[in-house]
Amino acid sequence: MTGHLRVNPITCKAHGICAELLPELISLDEWGYPLLDPRPVPAHLMAHARRAVADCPTLALTLTKE
Amino acid sequence: MTPGLPAIPGPAGLAPAGLPRLLLGGPDPARPMPLAEHLDRHGGFLLRGFGGDHGPTMLIDAVERAGLTGHGGAGFPTALKMRAVAGRRRPVVVVNAAEGEPASRKDALLMRIRPHLVLDGAVLAADAVGAREVIVALHTGPSSAQAAVNERLAARLDPVSITVVHMPKEYVASEESALVRFLSGAAALPTFTPPRPYERGVNGRSTLVQNAETLAHLALIARHGDQWFRSVGTADAPGSLLVTVAGAVQRPGVYELASGVPLSTAFDAAGGLTEPIQAVLVGGYFGAWLPAETALQVRLTHADLVAAGAALGAGVLLALPAWACGLAESQRVASWLASQSAGQCGPCTLGLPAIAEDLALLSRSGNTSNVRNRLERRLSLVEGRGACHHPDGTARFVASALQTFSADLARHRRGNPCPPARYPVLPLPDDPVAP
Repeated sequence: MTGHLRVNPITCKAHGICAELLPELISLDEWGYPLLDPRPVPAHLMAHARRAVADCPTLALTLTKE
Repeated sequence: MTPGLPAIPGPAGLAPAGLPRLLLGGPDPARPMPLAEHLDRHGGFLLRGFGGDHGPTMLIDAVERAGLTGHGGAGFPTALKMRAVAGRRRPVVVVNAAEGEPASRKDALLMRIRPHLVLDGAVLAADAVGAREVIVALHTGPSSAQAAVNERLAARLDPVSITVVHMPKEYVASEESALVRFLSGAAALPTFTPPRPYERGVNGRSTLVQNAETLAHLALIARHGDQWFRSVGTADAPGSLLVTVAGAVQRPGVYELASGVPLSTAFDAAGGLTEPIQAVLVGGYFGAWLPAETALQVRLTHADLVAAGAALGAGVLLALPAWACGLAESQRVASWLASQSAGQCGPCTLGLPAIAEDLALLSRSGNTSNVRNRLERRLSLVEGRGACHHPDGTARFVASALQTFSADLARHRRGNPCPPARYPVLPLPDDPVAP
């Protein structure tokens, strides 16, 4: 099972927690909004990705499975 | 299928050979064409005219063979959009005539002088996809749309209901998802997609959103067929298109051209250039600047313009006089575009004003490399990071200004700013009336 990270830019309020939890795939721009690695989430980071999704205070971060 | 839908009366109109098509009409192009004259000139048409239950599919097939694409900006194939809605439960057709582009006048003109052609197209599209409801979305202001709808009601012309709705004047309000959201009773703000309007649109119903000009073309394809449609234009870009020509031309206005002609044809149609020009803004404020020599030769199709680094957009062609400062002009528009952000997405809300400020710094004091680098970085930073394409379009516009006016940047840096402009060339909605 693989997946991609996606952020809803309307609900994202730049808390930045995702980048703290998953710095391997998420960095922040100069305004504090997340920049996502467009590649599929590698298997060894899947648990961290799920954690980042679950801990987003505005539920803006999602992991799309395919 | 609903049997016994009425036919629209009128003699079989003659298919116009050559141009104009949409703007075919009497000597007074500023007058709304009344229903009787419209039916007399273009002919009536039969809903389900192709016969039986297959009628609707056959219209969509004809639209596909004609190669009709959307004239609102994105150029998406119309038949694909129709198929996505056809057969879904209680779909709705929305006519997008809420032209957000400040320099564009074509949809407003079409709604004012040829409202019945657009409404014919909307009714035909509604019938083809199984919709019983048409909503016409216009900008607030005087229009002949409601009068035209009343004329049709009195003539008991249409088997569908037609409602006219006025939109707020904000730029993003005419964006498809914002339009659908407004028509569902909420604020006219873009939404995060999917779902797209064909999946879940007005009040949750599957919705076909089509630009006004696109529907006018569809109304003529239904009458005269796809072969006729293709008799103008090129094989890859068939048909005609409306363009809004502005700037340094003799007669600014809306003109109908064959798709695929060189861009200079549009300026010829507008009586020619009034003075030497340095660049052309193609596609409006989500489009791009092209240097004059490139612009005059490029062919007016989506593919050719994209290959040249621009976009056809809603068909705005604006000739920038040699005396104007392209950087100052662009900076003024960039600031306005920043102010038009719906304020929903961070990278757009914060990024566009930062981009506009960087461009202001550059246009005043020239090409300082740290500001230039920061601006380049910010342009790539906002792209694709909004719910709608507002940041993408703004970034494309600013990036093309940096490229096209690079000589001006260098000159400003050497301490030679442009002389003060006589008047701003690029129009904005809040401007006083141009001289």
